Amino acid sequence: MASWNVNDQKIPQERLALVSYLSVGLVIVLMVGFWKLQVVQSGHFLDLAEKNRVRSIPIIAPRGAMLDREGRVLVDSYPSFSILLLRDDPKNLEKSLPQIEDGLAISDQELRQELDAAKYEPKFQPVVIKPAASQADIAFVESHRADIPLLELLMVQRRRYQNNEMLANTIGYVGEVSQQQMDDSDGHYRPGDIVGKAGLERQYNDQLEGTDGMRRVVVNSVGKVMRTLDNVEAVPGKPIQLTIDYDLQAIAEADMADKEGAVVAMDGRTGEILAMVSKPTFDPNDFAVRIPSAEWQKLNSDPETPLLNRAIQAQLAPGSVFKIVTATAMLETNAIPDTQTFYCPGSAVFYGRMFKCYIYGKGAHGAVDLHKAIVQSCDVYFYNVGKILGIDRISEYAKGLGLGRRTGIDLPSEEPGLMPSEEWVEKAFHRKWYAGETISVAIGQGAVTTTPIQLARMIDAVASGGLLVEPHLQKNMPNLKPDHFPLSDATVEKVTDGMYGVVNEGGTAAQVKLQNVEFCGKSGTAQIINYDLRSRLGKTKEFKDNAWFVGYAPRRNPEIVVAVLVQGGGHGGITSAPIARDIVKAYYDKKAAHTQQTAGTQTPKSTATDAPLVATVGGQRP
Amino acid sequence: MSDRPQIKDFDWTLLAIVAAINVLGLLEIYSSTHASAMAGMQWKQLIWLGVGIVVMFIMSQIDYHTLLDQAPVLYIAGVAGLLVVAVIGYSRLGAKRWISLGGGFNLQVSELMKLIIIIVLARYFSEVRTDKLTLTDICKVSLLTLIPVALILKQPDLGTAMVLVPVLIVGMFLAGIEWKHLAVGLVLVALLIPVAWNMRNHLKPYQQQRIETFLHPEEDQRGAGYQILQSEIAVGSGGFWGKGFGKGSQNQLGFVPVRYSDFILAALAEEQGFIGVCLVLLLYLGLILRLVDNAQKAKDRAGMYVVMGVAAILGFHVLVNASMVIGYMPVTGIPLPLMSYGGSSIAFVFLALGMVMNVRLRRFVN
Repeated sequence: MASWNVNDQKIPQERLALVSYLSVGLVIVLMVGFWKLQVVQSGHFLDLAEKNRVRSIPIIAPRGAMLDREGRVLVDSYPSFSILLLRDDPKNLEKSLPQIEDGLAISDQELRQELDAAKYEPKFQPVVIKPAASQADIAFVESHRADIPLLELLMVQRRRYQNNEMLANTIGYVGEVSQQQMDDSDGHYRPGDIVGKAGLERQYNDQLEGTDGMRRVVVNSVGKVMRTLDNVEAVPGKPIQLTIDYDLQAIAEADMADKEGAVVAMDGRTGEILAMVSKPTFDPNDFAVRIPSAEWQKLNSDPETPLLNRAIQAQLAPGSVFKIVTATAMLETNAIPDTQTFYCPGSAVFYGRMFKCYIYGKGAHGAVDLHKAIVQSCDVYFYNVGKILGIDRISEYAKGLGLGRRTGIDLPSEEPGLMPSEEWVEKAFHRKWYAGETISVAIGQGAVTTTPIQLARMIDAVASGGLLVEPHLQKNMPNLKPDHFPLSDATVEKVTDGMYGVVNEGGTAAQVKLQNVEFCGKSGTAQIINYDLRSRLGKTKEFKDNAWFVGYAPRRNPEIVVAVLVQGGGHGGITSAPIARDIVKAYYDKKAAHTQQTAGTQTPKSTATDAPLVATVGGQRP
Repeated sequence: MSDRPQIKDFDWTLLAIVAAINVLGLLEIYSSTHASAMAGMQWKQLIWLGVGIVVMFIMSQIDYHTLLDQAPVLYIAGVAGLLVVAVIGYSRLGAKRWISLGGGFNLQVSELMKLIIIIVLARYFSEVRTDKLTLTDICKVSLLTLIPVALILKQPDLGTAMVLVPVLIVGMFLAGIEWKHLAVGLVLVALLIPVAWNMRNHLKPYQQQRIETFLHPEEDQRGAGYQILQSEIAVGSGGFWGKGFGKGSQNQLGFVPVRYSDFILAALAEEQGFIGVCLVLLLYLGLILRLVDNAQKAKDRAGMYVVMGVAAILGFHVLVNASMVIGYMPVTGIPLPLMSYGGSSIAFVFLALGMVMNVRLRRFVN
């Protein structure tokens, strides 16, 4: 026994007992703690545990396709893969970055930018580092599953615009849903959802977008999917068939390839849009993935506004095309008989100011009646008519024929143009209308502006006795409500005769005459600044005239109307008329070919020259 | 009465409690790891337990008075060992705690230091001949304890360092600390808290973060607060009856951090519910009360101090670990004795229990 241990001390029983009581007390405290979590708050924590465990993975519904009137695919969707980078494991991440950059051909700077942008997102949310993975990228991810477990593939549906720039401004494009749209959607959209942003994609978004499905999976703490709980399949969006005729569209696109402006080709009887071009344009495929902000800046700030659909948004002076409105107003109001002549010496003076005819300096039209005035597009004649009619009568007929208001085409963002009147001037500028302004408006200059689609409809209406069709792009559109602005037969006869003369009687578009087709029309060469100012500034492209031509066939109740605008194109009859002619010619060539085909395959009895040109998808040919 | 201690004199009640806790631990280790790359861990743990039992038996055979005789030597060796760790120990997870023994075995000197401090303090207190602890005594024992505490803190290993303190406190209490000294001590501690708070910038970043996290767990969901939160979710979602063996999603899917070791109680709480937790806590209470019983029946004060030193350390482990699991204390890396996976922990606990048996076997020996 060591000296230190002298066994003369009693065990302090009371103090030991106190330690026992303390132990019992502490265990009770712990039990209360567990009770609070496990009994009082267990519902709350069960909820949190479920949220941990179950992850919902959306199954993206493919958007509906867009077909042309014959069922040819213009736009469709295809499954594609995005590459995701998981960020759960920062150490591994840093180590794998060089390999990932190498394998997926992403620059270090780019990748770090992506990671930086997501710095404040929860760590378990992966970052999309490659939105449209190539076959090689996918192969890289698959083959490195073991050594780079941080990469994941996500299947998404992407939009494919089959013909790139063709019809781009009309089709529009898709993009990630905006905050505004999300707020307005009442929970329908989630961040990152793809919606139609412009054009038909936006107009028919509800129909085109399907219903996303949902896969609920059990994930472990590093986000790895362990098993599937349930699966709700996606419902694909419905396709829409357009009234567009791919063949006519292609011709219009080719003719406009190097130009700035717009083309609208429309079935004059129904308002079906057969072709619609706006130039310059863009490739909507660029938007289908993720448009780099620099690219977006470029498109948006381009002075040539490639995102604008000029067919419905360019509001420009119609120039001489407007003379058809002035002529119709003149005849309908019986203000002046069509046989009455005005003398054109090349210019005329009204209200103390000289107004030139375009022929000024090159000759004179001499005595001009209505027919000659339309065929030759004599300005002096219409100055006189305008002076006699006054602005309000011109305005009434212009509005009646659909100018200065939207046509109601099934596209977002259509512009109304402007048809001035005395009332409008008072409202907008708080001044009186100057009588001299009427002289300019009578030939489609001054304050009047129109869109290409309005002019197409206006000419169609005049040639159809006042039937104002509702232009539309969706085939078999229900509830079409054409307008009527009844015109007398005599008026229609005289004005259409004039427009026939423009092409067929040596008028302003004489070189576009067609064999066997009553191709008619009216040219317009619209100044964008007045003659005096232009001669002072010199002829730069900025100030070149806008070339208009609205052509149609046949002479009465047109089947096809084509409005062509070439901005800075100079003379409408020379620059724009051939484009309209090409489209009308293609239309009739196709119709003839189809008639022949039908005649060859069917009994002679049922051969009808005006059999439907094409069948709809899935429909039966008669 | 024989001079040689008999196997039948072991505290079989105590060992039954220990065995019950071990079984629950093995089952939970199996449940937590069977579906992962770590499957089979329970067998390794079982081997450790076997080693533990052998170690316990050996320990019970060496008269504790012999050990207490060597207290100064053990103390110096322990402190020297800690200094060696500081110099040549190798780091793991940013802390220098281990000395490599070769063959993949690593010695965690701080675990041994727990035993040494029990022996050293038992020796010191048994030399106090009165029922009153003088101020000099208090200063001496405090210094004896704080030297290894400081060295372990330096590793850094806040958890193990803290574990030494209750041996001192329980020892002083039993040795008859005067109420006025106790009061002064409490005031001192109270005064030290703000100082410590201001000193927190001297803590390692991970320690700072653990404290921050403890105070505001929700703010850092994927960092350190994530661990506490996930542990709380596991415990809370277990409910009264638990989700069933092997059916805890937090556990099975790996949301509970180190679910087979430090957070094994969270895993158990999820799968066995409040009922299971109560069973575990009552087993531990039984263990402590049984240790106190052994202390009461010890032949001498030295024996009592040894047993109560073991009780203080084990009780403190359970208290801190269980509190951490339910978010009452920050994460300190203190395992749950007898349940958590790990050789060092098992070895220490059985060595300690060996000393308890040692005291018990000699209560009738003269």
